[in-house]
Amino acid sequence: MDITKVTSKRLFLPGIIFFFLAVLALFYPLYAPAYYVIQLTAIFMYIVLTMSWVIFSGPTGYISLAPAAFFGVGIYTSAVLGKALSLPIVICAGGLVSFCLALLVGALTLRLRGIYFAIFTFGLVELIKQLLLYWEINITHTRGRFVILVSNNTIYYVMLAILAILLITAYIIRRSKYGLALQSIGEDEEAAAHTGINITALKTVIFAVSAIFIGATGAIMATRWTYIDPYIAFNPLFSFMPVLMAIFGGMGQFYGPIIGATIFAYLEEVLITRFPYYYMLIFGLILIISILFLPNGLVGLLQKWRKGDLAKQDENP
Amino acid sequence: MVVKILDVVIAGLLMGGLYALIAMGLSLQYGVARVLNISHGEFMMLGAFITWLLYSAFGVNPLVSLAICGPVAFIIGFLLHRTLFTRLRISSASAGAYEGSSMLAAFGLLFIIQNIALAIWGANVRAYSYLGFGVNLGGALFAANRLVTLGFAVLIGLGFYTFLARTRLGKAIRAAAQDSATAGLMGVNINKVLALCFGFGALMAGFAGTLISMCYPIDANMGLGYTIIAIIVVALGGLGSIPGSFIGGFILGLIGSIVTYIEPGLSLAAYYLLFMLLLIVRPKGILGK
Repeated sequence: MDITKVTSKRLFLPGIIFFFLAVLALFYPLYAPAYYVIQLTAIFMYIVLTMSWVIFSGPTGYISLAPAAFFGVGIYTSAVLGKALSLPIVICAGGLVSFCLALLVGALTLRLRGIYFAIFTFGLVELIKQLLLYWEINITHTRGRFVILVSNNTIYYVMLAILAILLITAYIIRRSKYGLALQSIGEDEEAAAHTGINITALKTVIFAVSAIFIGATGAIMATRWTYIDPYIAFNPLFSFMPVLMAIFGGMGQFYGPIIGATIFAYLEEVLITRFPYYYMLIFGLILIISILFLPNGLVGLLQKWRKGDLAKQDENP
Repeated sequence: MVVKILDVVIAGLLMGGLYALIAMGLSLQYGVARVLNISHGEFMMLGAFITWLLYSAFGVNPLVSLAICGPVAFIIGFLLHRTLFTRLRISSASAGAYEGSSMLAAFGLLFIIQNIALAIWGANVRAYSYLGFGVNLGGALFAANRLVTLGFAVLIGLGFYTFLARTRLGKAIRAAAQDSATAGLMGVNINKVLALCFGFGALMAGFAGTLISMCYPIDANMGLGYTIIAIIVVALGGLGSIPGSFIGGFILGLIGSIVTYIEPGLSLAAYYLLFMLLLIVRPKGILGK
């Protein structure tokens, strides 16, 4: 992964595009129909899930299947606290709770190598789901909970704010020495430890920071469903989607996961309404195809074409 | 009280035999072929549905289906490894990268197989009754089909163990399990052996599917739960160890049976908890090296 090849020379054009997109996003709900606002909110949600996954798993190569756990924890925080506290506090609480969970999980498990970490995080989602189910059936004798309703535009703006903060955080982490340290952990963990990086602490903290955004997203998105239960909140699909979107988009560039998430969120919207049964089937096919043929994602493909063009130019000056 | 204990223990052993069979397949696929096959349970689900279909539509004896489902699963598994996973293995930069990407590809397979099954058979629960009469074991009553299941699970396990220990191909598989690159240098056709291992793993899953359909209701969503149990058993018993799979399977079966006796709602949670504790305390498993 050529993460180091982020150049600051070409920042000008992306900066302008980004600025225009931000202004557009800010005024979008004032003019667009409600349906499109909801759709864009869903896209934002997937971008946040994917980008937060990439912050940690992109450079280190640890495949975390925990996003569904953090997302679900956020949803449940919102369901439990939603009636008592105001929205901003609930959202912060969602982030905080999943931060704590990630800190705990990270401290316990980030010594596990590779695949065991993936299974552990996947087991975590199921464990929380099972415990919650048991709690609801045997102790509170209720199945599921109702969530307070919030207007579509409020959800939209909160998601936009979370997205903006996340993008800035991700960019800062990526450009800082911590980003480089994460990358060297991904290349060779022992070598990274020998150069003086406190690998366990760094991994745990970054993992937990990335969980904040997922938890906060869960807390706000919970208000979109009026009713939640453990199966809805801890749907393992929310763990796989970010992985797929990141791989599909390509993690070599900062904007890769954003592109991947946007395309997929849109695809989901289209496929789920037209082919509800075959949606997951197509999902699986795309997953396999992108692993086989797009190891560096769409961005990698674009770069290859670009390099091809450059090589041609060199041949015929 | 004694009968109660006997009841719980035998129920655990009966369950454990099935767990061991599923885990043995996964242990081959992950321990030798290095593919953490999350779609393992889907092969089992296919086996279960083929058996159910043959029995309910044509009245084929499930024990005959055993000889159909296993080979079908084997062929699918073998071909999948030859096309998909071999390609991935060659193009992956490192062993670690291959483990990650093959696991994700297996997740893709899971979605594909599961949703094909859902499209064909729907999400309904299916069941048929075969050898459903009771057998008295020291005061505790068990259905005959569950005893037959345990018998076949042990038989298949023993058969495969002998195959690994006594034949030339078995030796090649054991060599590949220890170090596939070196085994390749020693003249083992490594692509073929790994594909065979993957196929054998699928074969076990096919067998297990047939056996499970004899005792329990089946549905198209059942795969993942069994895959996770297989992963836990493999982690418990140690990777690539067939006796380990059996010990792990019986331990998990017993724990499940005890927890179910005390508090039925918590048995799955107990599995996950056990698994996560195990990963933290002893990731190598009981018989792992």
